[in-house]
Amino acid sequence: MSLTYLEAIREAQARALRDDPRVIIYGQDVGAFGGAFKATKNLAGEFPGRVMDAPISEDAIVGAAIGAAIEGMRPIVEMQFADFSTVGFNQIVNQAATLFWRTQVPCPITVRLPFGGTSGSGPFHSQSLETIYAHYPGLVVMTPATVEDAYSMLLEAVAIDDPVIFCEHKYLYYHLKADKLPTEAVPTGKARIARAGRDLTIVAYSAMVHEALAVAEELKTEGHEIEVVDLRSVKPLDTDTVMASVARTGRLLCVGESWPWGGVTAEVVARVATEGFALLDAPPMRLNAKDTPVPYHPNLWAAHRPTARSIAAAARKLLRQ
Amino acid sequence: MVQAADSVAVRFRPVAAGTAVFSELCTSAFRWMLLARLLDEKFASLYRAGKIHGGVFLGRGQEALSVATALALRPGDVFAPLIRDAAGRLAFGDTALDAARTYLGSALGPMRGRDGNVHRGKPREGLLPMISHLGAMISVVNGILLARRLKGIQGTVGAASIGEGATSTGAFHEALNQAAIEKLPLVLVVANNHYAYSTPTSRQFACDSLVDKAAGYGVAGHRVDGTDLEACLKTLQHAADQARAGRGPQLVVAKLLRLCGHGEHDDAGYIDPKLKTSPVGRDCLKVAEEFLLQQRWADAATIAAWRKEKTHEVEEAVTAAQREPTPDPYEEDWTALSSGQLREGNE
Repeated sequence: MSLTYLEAIREAQARALRDDPRVIIYGQDVGAFGGAFKATKNLAGEFPGRVMDAPISEDAIVGAAIGAAIEGMRPIVEMQFADFSTVGFNQIVNQAATLFWRTQVPCPITVRLPFGGTSGSGPFHSQSLETIYAHYPGLVVMTPATVEDAYSMLLEAVAIDDPVIFCEHKYLYYHLKADKLPTEAVPTGKARIARAGRDLTIVAYSAMVHEALAVAEELKTEGHEIEVVDLRSVKPLDTDTVMASVARTGRLLCVGESWPWGGVTAEVVARVATEGFALLDAPPMRLNAKDTPVPYHPNLWAAHRPTARSIAAAARKLLRQ
Repeated sequence: MVQAADSVAVRFRPVAAGTAVFSELCTSAFRWMLLARLLDEKFASLYRAGKIHGGVFLGRGQEALSVATALALRPGDVFAPLIRDAAGRLAFGDTALDAARTYLGSALGPMRGRDGNVHRGKPREGLLPMISHLGAMISVVNGILLARRLKGIQGTVGAASIGEGATSTGAFHEALNQAAIEKLPLVLVVANNHYAYSTPTSRQFACDSLVDKAAGYGVAGHRVDGTDLEACLKTLQHAADQARAGRGPQLVVAKLLRLCGHGEHDDAGYIDPKLKTSPVGRDCLKVAEEFLLQQRWADAATIAAWRKEKTHEVEEAVTAAQREPTPDPYEEDWTALSSGQLREGNE
């Protein structure tokens, strides 16, 4: 048996619905249709009444999920694309994220964001929004890079008492496969050494982990051993694992698919530079998408985001310093 | 007899005009209105004396509508009040003490100094804490009602208060449409007080009456004179009954005038003087008092005694809150997450 990243997300939701009667799913086309990406395929039939189609109202979808959470449910909201979550942004960052802090009543909602670029999707179906959500206090932001993490972290997201922004990469949906579902998982908030090395640390998350791993393989033929850190969740951010890796390698390259101004890569570099400056043998580097909306045409799209090629070039430059 | 009328049990009783029970409901409502008005006046005077950090937002002129909304609800129902719902909050179960604690930043209040003034609530007790983004609470009420339905709990009604300004938001549209699709027992109460901060209705909407919107959403609409307590009590009770009976969302639009500034920092010089002297500019508290006297459900001496009693209640609440500790930044845990293992350092 083999299953994809997308199937793992579907299986995690099926298990959450099976194991916990408080779990419900709410989103556009998630019911009988099974979701725009089929992440909720057959779930409406298997769990009658608990997988509900919503009108095109992201604000009210999140607002209702918050109300249901106050009432003791564990709602999973599917945004059809991460890009559309900006319509529900107010409810996420002002209502859900502040509720516990204001009232001590937790807000256990999971907002699934199918995110990231795929060729041909253009500016409004390709965005990576982990940065803006990570900026707000009161939210947990997960960015699983593997089939196993997609499954176990989504179950964890549902179990966590705080609102979780679950960023699932659309490019990984079909490209990533695993033999079986995991039976145990690394705790949320802990990064993972995806590949051990001693010459350079590449910190990445979500789809960029796989680009970084390809670079590590390529640079091995040039005699370099690259360590790849998969952050898994960008908030909380596992500074300890990053710092320990940089202590081993002395060099840091941080890669993210979101825009360059601020963001996860800037945060990682800032933490290493302020807390671990003495560990560095060369100035830290970061690589992001270009500072434009995400383009539609494959020629432009491929050059907009970091790729194995651009990451390798940055890594070589850093290794020469 | 008067004490009994204030108890929540009165909410269980059917309302019928002209009966003794309705007289009890009216006198109870009036007493909540009186308490709310006196509490508001106290906060305004504390504000002028520089004793309150941040703004003070009064419900002056909206007490009849507000109290009628709360009194149409039963224990177990849900209420999402807005800034001018001092009367409704109290009638729903909030206390003058918690109101004073929140305004004065007591560490013992429901918000513990983390939020102030009208931003208070107890979600688990059905009293939702408003955020400032207008229209945002309606879908949260929807979610609670949806969850109740999923859990098989019947007979719950959820009420949300907004002003006419909030009807211009996307959140209002999305939430009312959502409630209509799900046929939720939502009572959405719009206080058309004619000004959203300084913006008059002519710059807010172009339809004849906001109640016309009900048909567009496929929900029932009710209009009411928000200065008339009797009308408010009857209309809100009817709307809540309809919602409880499974007839879907009820949009109640009340016309009235905000008899104060947006906040106490605002002199409201922009309010059209003609509105103030028109029927919508009547003070609902005075209208209610005259109604009680006219019905002989209370005499002037009784009302004076109530005023004295409520004044005392307000003084007690404020004095108690003033004696309480304020939040200590060194004791504060400085985290917005409930999951301890996921907290990041705050150095």
